[in-house]
Amino acid sequence: MIDVKNLSKSFGKHLVLDNISEHISPGEKVVVIGPSGSGKSTFLRCLNLLEEPSGGSITFDGTVITDPKTDINKIRRQMGMVFQHFNLFPNMTIRKNITLAPVRTGLMKQEEADETALTLLKRVGLEEKENSYPAQLSGGQKQRIAIVRALAMRPKLMLFDEPTSALDPEMVGEVLEVMKELAEEGMTMVVVTHEMGFAREVGTRVLFMDGGKILEQNEPHAFFDAPREERTREFLSKVL
Amino acid sequence: MLQGIGWLDSIGPRLQRAFVEGERWKLYLQGLGVTLELTVVALIFGVLLGLVVAVVRTAHDQQRLGRKNPVLGVLNVLCQIYTTVIRGTPMLVQLYIWTFVIFPSERNKVLVGFIGLGVNSGAYVAEIIRGGLMSVDAGQSEAGRSLGLNYFDTMRFIVIPQAFKNILPSLGNEFITLFKDTSLVQAIGGAEMLYYASTIGGRTFDYMPPLIGIAAMYLVVVILFTWLQGKLERRLRESDRR
Ligand SMILES: Nc1ncnc2c1ncn2[C@@H]1O[C@H](COP(=O)(O)OP(=O)(O)OP(=O)(O)O)[C@@H](O)[C@H]1O
Ligand SMILES: [Mg+2]
Repeated sequence: MIDVKNLSKSFGKHLVLDNISEHISPGEKVVVIGPSGSGKSTFLRCLNLLEEPSGGSITFDGTVITDPKTDINKIRRQMGMVFQHFNLFPNMTIRKNITLAPVRTGLMKQEEADETALTLLKRVGLEEKENSYPAQLSGGQKQRIAIVRALAMRPKLMLFDEPTSALDPEMVGEVLEVMKELAEEGMTMVVVTHEMGFAREVGTRVLFMDGGKILEQNEPHAFFDAPREERTREFLSKVL
Repeated sequence: MLQGIGWLDSIGPRLQRAFVEGERWKLYLQGLGVTLELTVVALIFGVLLGLVVAVVRTAHDQQRLGRKNPVLGVLNVLCQIYTTVIRGTPMLVQLYIWTFVIFPSERNKVLVGFIGLGVNSGAYVAEIIRGGLMSVDAGQSEAGRSLGLNYFDTMRFIVIPQAFKNILPSLGNEFITLFKDTSLVQAIGGAEMLYYASTIGGRTFDYMPPLIGIAAMYLVVVILFTWLQGKLERRLRESDRR
């Protein structure tokens, strides 16, 4: 589904991603972990070109998205993204937050989008918030809405950048629950997170990033029970 | 001491001459009308111009690497030259250039004033709008773009409505600045408030009453406008808390 070849990214002289090659197949739930500043967010943001790679290529479903001639808006419609700080649009109601993109991109008519929004809101138990504004919601509710907003575009792939890091501890569970359900439905997911429990339970593969490289990767149980690299062991001993 | 009392004694007739005789008060009001007209027209002109410049410059800065649009590049340079030149030269010099260099045969000096003030204001408004657009959290447009919305829809539905709240107060200040700067149009012969006051001062050989008079008029309008502005801002802040 996604094929990353020799991906590099630098900000000025600072090399943040160092020649990464990786393949993500449909249905995989890839969990990316690693110390702060190791390039996890940058890697994720390169996948939908929120960051422009400095080198290498990324292919999504056969389209080379790093090619300047590719219409990136079309590609992004098929990839949902959920941010650490939710980034809901404060000037719109929840319903409008969800329906704006499907309607404006021509994916749905307004009524169809409204129905989709309601169905999705019911799924996360927030249908009564339809006409509220983001400022009236708790962090956990905001993040569930952000997930719904991305799902309304019917994406083939979902990217999550530390979706629970900005939440109070008691709200982490409700968001992880939604993500778990999504995983069970077969969504392809790439998740940057510090939730090792989630990685172990939901992940099909764990990538450990350090210094702009994917240092080690494995199926979760093997990864957590028998890490091969010294750096990985050191990191895990700190977070587990 | 005696002189002081004499000054007081004569104030009645002086006011009479400056404001009442020959219905001169009508001239001040006429001047105020032109002054307000100059302000509003120049501001509208300035906002339109400023919006175009701000959008061109922001769009240029946010292009994808390796996908630079050459037309946008040229426009961006033109906009940069425009704001640099206008903000780097005195308003009065600009008005003289419009009047004596660009439109030397135009008799309607107020019209030249509209253009001079509008073009001047556009450069400042462009920076106000650009600042407002940049003040919106980058995560907002990232969220819009990650949903597949194009640049203009993201601006139109997400960034501009949020920037508006930050832009409005500065735009109010620009209105006040512009309102006072219209007095410069007097120097190119445009018949606004200061023009009538100096004419009347010259005719009655007494500048004090007309000048103090229009100073008070400027002040009243500014105070009134500032009050309105405060009310509007409070209203906007309340809508934030919904
Ligand atoms: N826009 C930017 N401009 C300059 N440097 C940046 C930019 N974005 C990220 N960096 C730098 O790139 C490096 C990697 O950042 P990145 O956000 O990808 O790390 P991360 O692994 O997601 O860290 P965290 O766990 O703290 O989120 C950091 O050193 C950061 O300072
Ligand atoms: Mg990060």
